[in-house]
Amino acid sequence: MSKANLPDTNGHFGPYGGRFCAETLMEPLDELLAAYERLKHDASFQAEYDKDLADYVGRPSPLYLAERWTERLGGAKVYLKREDLNHTGAHKINNTIGQALLAKHLGKTRIIAETGAGQHGVASATVAARLGLECVVYMGAEDVKRQALNVYRMKLLGAEVVSVTSGSRTLKDALNEAMRDWVTNIDNTFYIIGTVAGPHPYPMLVRDFQTVIGREAKRQILAAEGRLPDALVACVGGGSNAIGLFYPFIDDETVAIYGVEGGGDGVDTPRHAAPLCAGRPGVLHGNRTYLVEDDNGQIIETHSVSAGLDYPGVGPEHAWLKDSGRANYVAATDTEALQAFHDLTRIEGIMPALESSHALAHATKLAPQMGKDKIIIVNLSGRGDKDIHTVAGLEGITV
Amino acid sequence: MSRIGQCFVDLKANGRKALIPFVTAGDPNPCVTVPLLHAMVEAGADLLELGVPFSDPMAEGPVIQKACERALMHNTSLRDVLAMVKTFRQTNNKTPIILMGYMNPVEAMGYQTFAQAALESGVDGLLTVDMPPEEAGDLLAALAEASIDPIFLLAPTTVDERIAKICADTSGFVYYVSLKGVTGAVNLDVAAVAHKVKQIRRHTDLPIGVGFGIRDAETAQRVAAVADAVVVGSAVVSRVAENADQPEKINESVCSLLRGMRAAMDA
Ligand SMILES: Cc1ncc(COP(=O)(O)O)c(C=O)c1O
Repeated sequence: MSKANLPDTNGHFGPYGGRFCAETLMEPLDELLAAYERLKHDASFQAEYDKDLADYVGRPSPLYLAERWTERLGGAKVYLKREDLNHTGAHKINNTIGQALLAKHLGKTRIIAETGAGQHGVASATVAARLGLECVVYMGAEDVKRQALNVYRMKLLGAEVVSVTSGSRTLKDALNEAMRDWVTNIDNTFYIIGTVAGPHPYPMLVRDFQTVIGREAKRQILAAEGRLPDALVACVGGGSNAIGLFYPFIDDETVAIYGVEGGGDGVDTPRHAAPLCAGRPGVLHGNRTYLVEDDNGQIIETHSVSAGLDYPGVGPEHAWLKDSGRANYVAATDTEALQAFHDLTRIEGIMPALESSHALAHATKLAPQMGKDKIIIVNLSGRGDKDIHTVAGLEGITV
Repeated sequence: MSRIGQCFVDLKANGRKALIPFVTAGDPNPCVTVPLLHAMVEAGADLLELGVPFSDPMAEGPVIQKACERALMHNTSLRDVLAMVKTFRQTNNKTPIILMGYMNPVEAMGYQTFAQAALESGVDGLLTVDMPPEEAGDLLAALAEASIDPIFLLAPTTVDERIAKICADTSGFVYYVSLKGVTGAVNLDVAAVAHKVKQIRRHTDLPIGVGFGIRDAETAQRVAAVADAVVVGSAVVSRVAENADQPEKINESVCSLLRGMRAAMDA
């Protein structure tokens, strides 16, 4: 049976997903779902989306054979899906372009977004500037400090950045605050969620917008190698770049799938961001999924060197893919990710985002265990420019 | 009949509307809560809403968010809240208590375990902001077994068809969220509330409570004129917050607010 036919009509991926949110949002979510179902099959909407991806984002993104890195690893051939080359520097824009088009078709004049590393905030501010929409981005006060450059970038693009001081002052709190704004300004506001989380239909529609990654990769690997890859690897924060790559391969059972979570200091320590590896199912931010929580069901502050992975939940479809056994979820520690960051930069001249470096770190473990006739595709979800300050800081260097 | 049902029958017989204050359990510390509950009953509360602190209170404005943070500094858990209710019941077996909060603490405890423990403690109803009836099948079964009333929210955006469906799954009373926004908002429009309450009334005989945005005797009186119950959250919690450093003053501060509301509602 296909595992790629979910969610069901109520947004469930097995026991996960669904719609757990304030009553005020139920009707607007139904409207969004109805509009999306209509536009998904509307040729002119699809043509508009495809044209934006081509001319504005710069798609298709290349599938690059990392020859020197492959040689260094001494096993499977490693291809990199170059989402870092997209406009604004990450996969996030695939989704914001799509949701902004939905906002336009729904007649909304104001968009809001949450952001952790600032990549989704930048991608949202970018499409808002282009469509002339008002844009407010919620960002945890801690992240505002950590990601000053992206904060200024968003302001240059005309967005208002709201520093969120409640709770643990990170991404989860920014999401809470965006939800509060949305429930208050529901009449004119569209909430662009940045990952495959939130209440139905968000996990489905964000996935659908991101599957362009996997569809291109499949076409490209067939053209380059004449066959499917043996393994896919992607980092998992909320899980949007990962599901974007994985989804078109889910029914190709010969392709092994690896999602890599933020391991922080290690999943056997209290400091990590790995709900699939070390959490348990619960309800947060509109859906049922794996969470990092304490015994009383309170959400615990997570830790990862990469702000984009620093989130206590994960998209419900990943929870389902884990339980069903179709995908494997592992973690890479901060140290392993930083090593991969440096390696790829020095060996291939490609500076990866710290998020993507977690996927690369797992590939360095996987490739040597596989024969030279095997093929791995790693999703290089974003470029590392935004992380230069973080990396320098960790090495005691002020730039 | 459940305690909540009986309470509304008695109120109706006396021609009164229900006053339902909300406080967050464990705010500003766990010792305050049970005496405060008793004091609020003395001051004229008919039912009590007891907030279960949660790390991510998505539907709350700043006042109740901070209350959750204060309570969580003492690690006030769902089990602690149930213990508080049990203590309260030692000397009050009449005033209904509704737990209000978010799903995840209940998920973590397990529906069956929670429902049985809640029954044993003397809890009467459960209201979770992020659990719509569509997702509540198993929860409803567990609550029914423990005779705990499931209380669902209705919102300004809820359409007729959903109102009917939600009321069918609700017992005790239905809770109408008076505005598009979070708790503590100030954009209450009583005429719009009256209109919506009439619309809801066409679908149910349950008592209709109204909450969000009721902050003083005047708003309490005006909303009581068009509904069966008024729920007062942020206005009460603000009084707790103002006195967080001198907890011995909390009861009097809260009760003077409630007495004013009670008098206005009964006038
Ligand atoms: C480059 C990059 N990769 C990955 C992520 C993690 O998000 P997701 O798991 O939704 O792809 C982020 C989030 O900020 C990001 O900026």
